[in-house]
Amino acid sequence: MRLTVNGTEHELDVEPDMPLLWVLRDELGVTGVKYGCGIAQCGACTVHLDGMAMRACQVPAAAAEGAEVLTIEGLGGGDALHAVQRAWIDEQVAQCGYCQAGQILQAAWLLETSPAPSDEEIDRVMSGNLCRCGTYPRIRAAIHAAAAALREG
Amino acid sequence: MTRAATITRRTLLIGATAIAGGVAFGAWAVRHPHDNPLAEGLGAGEASFNPWVKVTGAGITLITPHADLGQGAVHMQAALIAEEMDLEFGQFDTAFGPPDPAYYNRAMAAEAGAAMAALTPISAAMAEAVAGGAMKLFGVQGTGGSTSAPDSFDKLREAGAVARETLKRAAEELTGVSAAEMTTEAGRVILPDGRALPYTDLAAVAAEVAPVRDVVLRPSSEWRLIGRPMARIDMADKVTGRQVYGIDLAPEGMLHAAVRTSPRRGEVLSYDASAAAGMRGVQDVIAVTGGVAVLADNTWRAFRALDAVEIAWGPAAYPAEQAEHWEAVGASFTDARMDAEWRADGDAAAALSAGADVAAEYRAPYVAHQPLEPLNAVVLVTEPRVEVWTAHQLPRFLQQRVAGVTGHDAEQVVLHNQFAGGSFGHRLEFEHVTLAAEIANARRGTPVKLTYSREQDFATDFPRHIAMARGRGAVADGHVTAIDIDVAGAPVTASQMGRIGLGGAGPDTQLPAGVWNAPYGPEHFRVRSYAVPGLAPVSSWRSVGASCGGFFIETLMDELCHAAGADPVEERLRLMTDPVARGVLEAAAEMAGWGRDPGEDRGLGVALVESFGVPVAEIVEVTATEGGIRIDAVWVASDSGTVIDPVNIENHIQGAVVWGLGHAMNSEITYRDGMAEQSNYHAAEGMRMHQCPRISVRTLEAAPRIRGIGEPPVPPAAPALGNAIFAATGQRLREMPFRRHVRFV
Ligand code: FES
Ligand code: FES
Repeated sequence: MRLTVNGTEHELDVEPDMPLLWVLRDELGVTGVKYGCGIAQCGACTVHLDGMAMRACQVPAAAAEGAEVLTIEGLGGGDALHAVQRAWIDEQVAQCGYCQAGQILQAAWLLETSPAPSDEEIDRVMSGNLCRCGTYPRIRAAIHAAAAALREG
Repeated sequence: MTRAATITRRTLLIGATAIAGGVAFGAWAVRHPHDNPLAEGLGAGEASFNPWVKVTGAGITLITPHADLGQGAVHMQAALIAEEMDLEFGQFDTAFGPPDPAYYNRAMAAEAGAAMAALTPISAAMAEAVAGGAMKLFGVQGTGGSTSAPDSFDKLREAGAVARETLKRAAEELTGVSAAEMTTEAGRVILPDGRALPYTDLAAVAAEVAPVRDVVLRPSSEWRLIGRPMARIDMADKVTGRQVYGIDLAPEGMLHAAVRTSPRRGEVLSYDASAAAGMRGVQDVIAVTGGVAVLADNTWRAFRALDAVEIAWGPAAYPAEQAEHWEAVGASFTDARMDAEWRADGDAAAALSAGADVAAEYRAPYVAHQPLEPLNAVVLVTEPRVEVWTAHQLPRFLQQRVAGVTGHDAEQVVLHNQFAGGSFGHRLEFEHVTLAAEIANARRGTPVKLTYSREQDFATDFPRHIAMARGRGAVADGHVTAIDIDVAGAPVTASQMGRIGLGGAGPDTQLPAGVWNAPYGPEHFRVRSYAVPGLAPVSSWRSVGASCGGFFIETLMDELCHAAGADPVEERLRLMTDPVARGVLEAAAEMAGWGRDPGEDRGLGVALVESFGVPVAEIVEVTATEGGIRIDAVWVASDSGTVIDPVNIENHIQGAVVWGLGHAMNSEITYRDGMAEQSNYHAAEGMRMHQCPRISVRTLEAAPRIRGIGEPPVPPAAPALGNAIFAATGQRLREMPFRRHVRFV
């Protein structure tokens, strides 16, 4: 099968039902995408699939065939930081950091669909992303800050 | 005190030694007391050296003795060295220290001793036994008990100062200019004429000169870094996906392993691997201690093949049903089971002989740790040594355990400690590492990565201990006059130490934690604890005993204040015996605007708990809405002495509050047929974003000593929330998780 990850095309031979999560991590060595639960309960594996935030543990390889996959490694493009990543650094969000790639990709997608989200909207869209370290107050602040930065261009 | 006496007392000496290409500054650990171990010419094996700073021509590396579990240890410890050494961020790399006794955790040992010394009703022998237990566990390079900051605070700054002064001496050697006339700045020694010599250029000479150990630490007024917000050095990697965790490692030729061990912690009766053996990518299916492992070329293939193995499990050694666990706890408030009487102020029994104004029973369930990075370890076993890549809080014990599996000596086990995706006490345990070693030992020469599935992780998590309290109290003339509280539970210290092979001597200090040391002095105050044998094995869970004890005593206190008709903050202040604790309670009350009328269907609740020497006060505000209880805001005031980084500490306190609230609301482990009923986050989710309130933090610095903050904000969260719900609804919550009794939005 063919898979495009962060702009690079790959040719792979995997079972059609292998979750994209494990294709990325174990077959392609793209380890920014994390395993947390395997059952769509934590969001650690969040990637963008053709621009949509998705749980990579729930996407069979066959369903990703031909799609554009964006992971944390490709967000911002090259060495540049995405506005969400910059806000994350400014707010000093991460503790252990394990959830943060998923949080950031989920937040980046939220801001694409809603440039000035309310707290309620943030709660709704971000509640699938667990942070066991409890960085939620800073995630919320960082999303507002990133939204403002993006609006100002 | 003379220098010699100092050395003998702490058997730790900051010094230097030559290394390839330069010099290392760090600590000499001496196995026997010596007047001056560096001067005496020690025999082989009598001393060992561990570097905290390495300077070579190629660069500077700062070593982190403690594990980084997300608390920012790497950053904080580098900052302490950089403060005295005049280094800027970006001028050095960091690395984890290998296991060695020189990374002796001073704070843990002192903590245990000091805590016990404060206990008047306890005999000196008993205090020593208990302190000794804690030292055995954490004394050697352990990360736990919120000790990273206090342990590092002096000795890493000392190492930085020794490095700085020695580098100046090297510059003196090189230029003939007196070191006294030099200054240091941004990784360079500055000569009086303005010339600047980079430390890296001085490394070779510094290895030759006698280390300058007579250093004076800078006063706080001269600090450049400590006390100011710093950008954590691991932050950029953690937002770009570049941070590598143990689970991400993939050395050349590695095999992936998955394991299922008994969810009842018993034996494997039989298993059938015929369906799994032929599955794609599967290399082997092998029996391991208490379970079955699959080796494959990909994690998912290993997981999937393991699912196809049919295993029959033997029975559990503890009660099969949760109700039986509670029955055992409830039946343990007896003289025979009494562990210790921790406090006996006045005569509580006599004061309550005519009857109590409040009598209630409180419960705290088993709770899983479940940090987001599942347990994992990479192990490579070869003839001369065993290499282990994992994140672990007890490196020295890990070496011993792994050596026991593979038949090597502990010294042959090389641990490459990793950044952890959280721990909360989970990475104090060894099973996942010894299982990885067992599997890798069957494949010598091939690196093997064992990754726990979340289900395996839940099933074999040694949870927070279960505990129950029976409290009684009396009130008179609008005040609380007597408190009598008994706590019974699974003895966590004995359970954990037993697995390490250390016998737990004396009473379990964690059972009454947060209760016996409550900073209140009512006329009559008695605290007793009871150890319940035969329950499920348990482990340290963020804030350990105080996570139960704080809930018990602070809910009882609230009930008593209510019975007395007293204001919960004012009455606590009236009973207060500790000025530092008074400070935090007054601060939290002021932040929350305590005393205001919160309005219809709203309530404020307060709690104050002291754990690990740090008092933390929290006030929670809730609203009872149509859809359930909503937590609106939390105000937190803490005092752990000097604040190293105000932003990092705020983040940690907020996280600890989220931890405390989330688990009090939503999480428990219950046993059925000898197995944990909760298998993944859907059944034990802690807190999610939509339940997270605004959390305002104030950190006071009146405490005389710096202490860690990772755990102390956890215990007050549950009782403050329960007390707030009572204030809003009149419903008293005496059992966690609260969602058994109320609905949350
Ligand atoms: S690993 Fe996919 S949601 Fe948790
Ligand atoms: S930062 Fe540790 S899980 Fe979110």
